Amino acid sequence: MRKIKEFIIEKLILLCGLASIFFVILIFIFLLKEGLALFKTVGVDKFLFGQKWYPISEPAQLGILPLILGSLLVTFGAAVISIPIGVGCALYIAEIAPPKTKEFLKAGIELLAAIPSVVLGFIGMVTLVPWVKNIFHLPTGLTALSGSIMLAFMAMPTIVSIAEDALYSVPKSYKEGAFALGATHWQTIHRVILPAASSGILAAVMLGIGRVIGETMAVMMITGNAAIMPNSILQPVRTLTATIAAEMGEAVVGSEHYFALFAVGIVLFIISFAINVTADLFLHKNK
Amino acid sequence: MRAEKTQKIAFFFLLLSTLLIVIPVGLIVVIIVQKGIPAINWQFLTDIPRQGMRSGGIFPAILGTIYLVSGAIIFALPIGLLAAIYLSEYARDNLLTRIIKLAIVNLAGVPSVVYGLFGLALFVVFFKFGASILSGSLTLGIMILPIIITASREALESVPYSFREVSLSLGASKWQTIRNIVLPNAIPGILTGTILGLGRAAGETAPILFTVAAFYLPRLPQSISDQVMALPYHLYVISTQVPNVAEKVRYGTALVLLVLVLFMNLVAIIIRYQFRKKKKW
Repeated sequence: MRKIKEFIIEKLILLCGLASIFFVILIFIFLLKEGLALFKTVGVDKFLFGQKWYPISEPAQLGILPLILGSLLVTFGAAVISIPIGVGCALYIAEIAPPKTKEFLKAGIELLAAIPSVVLGFIGMVTLVPWVKNIFHLPTGLTALSGSIMLAFMAMPTIVSIAEDALYSVPKSYKEGAFALGATHWQTIHRVILPAASSGILAAVMLGIGRVIGETMAVMMITGNAAIMPNSILQPVRTLTATIAAEMGEAVVGSEHYFALFAVGIVLFIISFAINVTADLFLHKNK
Repeated sequence: MRAEKTQKIAFFFLLLSTLLIVIPVGLIVVIIVQKGIPAINWQFLTDIPRQGMRSGGIFPAILGTIYLVSGAIIFALPIGLLAAIYLSEYARDNLLTRIIKLAIVNLAGVPSVVYGLFGLALFVVFFKFGASILSGSLTLGIMILPIIITASREALESVPYSFREVSLSLGASKWQTIRNIVLPNAIPGILTGTILGLGRAAGETAPILFTVAAFYLPRLPQSISDQVMALPYHLYVISTQVPNVAEKVRYGTALVLLVLVLFMNLVAIIIRYQFRKKKKW
């Protein structure tokens, strides 16, 4: 009797162990199921490289190039801001800060990671957006730049914590060796520790960027949501994620618009999948 | 001498980067607390929204979020915990395990709005649950699964191997060992992960947009097939969709959401801290 019970429990455990694989596949299947229906009426190239996104005009124009470029522009801006600051902060925490400061700083970073994105979006709307508007004398502060700055903040906890782990995992002997040769602390960080931790830091940067591309609410609230081909960082843009979030509520289930939004979901899923798998490879290379 | 000067400059920039993160975080919290506090009173917390959400309270949204988060955890905790037991106690170092770990990483990286699409396609449309607490909770549950698995696995793996050996040598079976020896020693870590998952589920908006969240529903839900309002979505609605909402009401809502999420995180941090202090090995 006990054996049967344990047999069942162990099978259940195995089943749950496989649940993650099951869910990843399930997500992909359901995105494909709804998204691929679009390509019966719209060509893949027209969808990916079409320059006009007018989903509710007659006939609908469903080109997501402006949305892809919007996402890329905002992400690029966020990366430029968050990578140096994030890696710098990780270095400070891992190498320079005294133990008590270190605990305090780590708590601060955890705090930032915990703030819901809609709260950051709200704060961005009431503080950052007016600043951007006034500083650059723009008609509106809802721009790609505002989105980039806010998203940079959301990427930082990821970048800092993973980069910091990578820096910690550099063997102590490397550092001691460099000191013994007469290197200063900074020379050691710069020439020995950073290169040794580089694959982990790269993974940190990639996961931070993954977080940025997938971020939805804050971006929707502060980038202005204009689905046009972006030509300046001081203009409103619309990202892939914001398009889904803003339009799915109005799209009729089973309509071309509904399928198109799922197709956008497929694009996002593939991007995040590629980023996560690559980052994981870098992390394992480190070990 | 030049090397030392370079070091000084470099360290200054590292400190500057750190301050550029920490100071805004502090400011964000201070601003929300300072401007949100005046809105907080008994009526705000317990009344339904009135006058098109411009006055009254946010009680249905608070309650909705509590329902959704509870539903998510009821679904995700058993699966997540068993999955963690599999990874820490049963899995061998082979390709399957590698793929499971990769799947967990990917599940954690899927954009939240894609979870929303998935929940819409699977629960709302395919299973015909409609926009309901059930659909929303399941969607959030799958989203926090990787958080629970990762934290629980770490907790289980940190139980020393010798504990298991002693139990097994006394004639206990593998499952008895896990249930009576490994799990009790891992509970604080599992609890920490669960609470962090709760916090994440409470703050997410995109996954509930099309699966459950109601724009304005000034009554309380009767069953799990009802729609509900939820705090994060409510904050989104009153900040972008409804004109002329008093600033105070917006900040107040942001404060309630922030306090809810940070409180959960604080509890998780305290449990972790207490546990580390008491750890016998």
